[in-house]
Amino acid sequence: MSNTTVVQTRRRSISDIDLRAVAPFVALAVLFGFGAMVNPNFLGLDNLTNVVTRSAFIAIIAVGATFVISAGGLDLSVGSMSAFVAGTMILFLNSGAVSGDTGMIATAMLLALATGALCGLANGLITTLGRIEPFIVTLGTMGIFRALTIYLAEGGSIAIKSQELRAAYRPIYFSDVLGVPIPVIMILVVAALGAFILYRTRFGRHVTAVGSNEEVARYSGISVNRVRTLTYVIQGVCVAIAVLIYVPRLGAATATTGLLWELQAITAVVIGGTALRGGVGRIWGTICGALILELVGNIMVLSDLVSEYLIGAVQGSIIIIAMLIQRSLGRR
Amino acid sequence: MSNTPLVEMENISIAFGGIRAVDDASADLHAGEVVALLGHNGAGKSTLIKILSGAYRRDSGTIRMNGEEAVINNPRDAKAYGIETIYQTLALADNVDTAANLYLGREIMTPWGTLDDVAMEARAREVMGRLNPRFERFKDPVKALSGGQRQSVAIARAILFNARILIMDEPTAALGPQETAQVGELIEQLKSEGIGIFLISHDIHDVFHLADRVMVMKNGRVVGTARVTDVTEDEILGMIILGKCPPGAVPGPGAMNV
Repeated sequence: MSNTTVVQTRRRSISDIDLRAVAPFVALAVLFGFGAMVNPNFLGLDNLTNVVTRSAFIAIIAVGATFVISAGGLDLSVGSMSAFVAGTMILFLNSGAVSGDTGMIATAMLLALATGALCGLANGLITTLGRIEPFIVTLGTMGIFRALTIYLAEGGSIAIKSQELRAAYRPIYFSDVLGVPIPVIMILVVAALGAFILYRTRFGRHVTAVGSNEEVARYSGISVNRVRTLTYVIQGVCVAIAVLIYVPRLGAATATTGLLWELQAITAVVIGGTALRGGVGRIWGTICGALILELVGNIMVLSDLVSEYLIGAVQGSIIIIAMLIQRSLGRR
Repeated sequence: MSNTPLVEMENISIAFGGIRAVDDASADLHAGEVVALLGHNGAGKSTLIKILSGAYRRDSGTIRMNGEEAVINNPRDAKAYGIETIYQTLALADNVDTAANLYLGREIMTPWGTLDDVAMEARAREVMGRLNPRFERFKDPVKALSGGQRQSVAIARAILFNARILIMDEPTAALGPQETAQVGELIEQLKSEGIGIFLISHDIHDVFHLADRVMVMKNGRVVGTARVTDVTEDEILGMIILGKCPPGAVPGPGAMNV
């Protein structure tokens, strides 16, 4: 008996390295090598800082998506929601409701966070109370948020009118602390908070349990609907945080703001090793996934291998390939 | 064995859209006793027991714990009375480890409000050590465990919170012969600790040798109850299939009129 136990332990310690957890980081390293080969400028500090900064929107939204997907849900509305939250935020900035640039921006930020949370709450409540597939609900709200944005913009774009306000808000995206751009700091803060909530709190444990087996969670006295709804609220807040650093970048929201961000966010989550079926969430893997997506785009721009107009096609292929790899790893 | 039963269910009825899934059923269970609840699929045994575990709300009838009327409206209420259920199919959350499963919904927290995984694993080792001393895979998600190991985790989960009544739904259906024997040993141990156990099964062979008494249901009604020493397996089979109550059994409202 003791003999077989020893054999078992030894065999396990080798296969114990979870390939799904390591794979995204390996892929990231491979991309670094590849990027360095195609263009010598790739490994420059400027380029890499730029890449990480640009990945901030998707990375932050994808942290929220990690919660939703871990709990067995799905949110297709994040791109449209980003446009809607950005649009309403800029309209408020233009309203001049609060005097003083700092006070105005701070109030607008709080408003954006509240709007995001409410949009997420709507998704969550319709999904849980209405007992409708999250795929359908968020497909619907995707259309709603997008149309509302276009309606508010009257078919054009919503831009920050006041030049002073624009100048006052700009540093949130463009400045840095000790050389680290603020969007990068935001990624780290959001991911660290997300990881803490998912791995160290009771709510996080319940998210995993609900995604793993809803019935067991219910019989364990976990309020499944509450947990599910809260994951959508977290998603909404993450979208709003991404908007907070998106608005100062361009100072405007248009009909195409956040287009296909849902594809990128879900791809980042899947590449990161989170199971699309729910029950496993990997926050840092998700961040890694968002970086991979941005690096692929960057390499496409820096090289002549594939036209950068095909970036959506490449991202679409990546999510399909990532799913195929996940499946084959799961079968082992 | 004391005279007041641990739990008494009296004249329980529940209907789903006009179908009387359980009709005027009564059952009782004493401390340290194993009662097997038998019947075909759809006979109402699982529904009756889900009323006890709080998963369904009864339309009428009373439940008494130690002679006092109990209010059970949801799984939380049932757990407060020490009623724990082990479902064969939906026993565990597959993607989390043993300790997380044992404490699901009742996690131990540190003073800072974070999960205390160290304390949970320590307690998990203690309880699992009592049930299954060879068990060592505390870090693995439970989907990596064997059927018997999963069953012992499920049982540990129930007794960890001082269960007084354990409900086991098809406890051995998914297990091999060796693991079935292991569950048999577990049940003996739980009995000796004074825990009352309801075993639910549609296969008499699964539970006959484990039970002290059997209770048979058919079409939502109780055919009868009997001590396993007073009836034969064939007679119980007759109760299950025909609703025919043998002389050694106490007939219920569902017994065939002869």
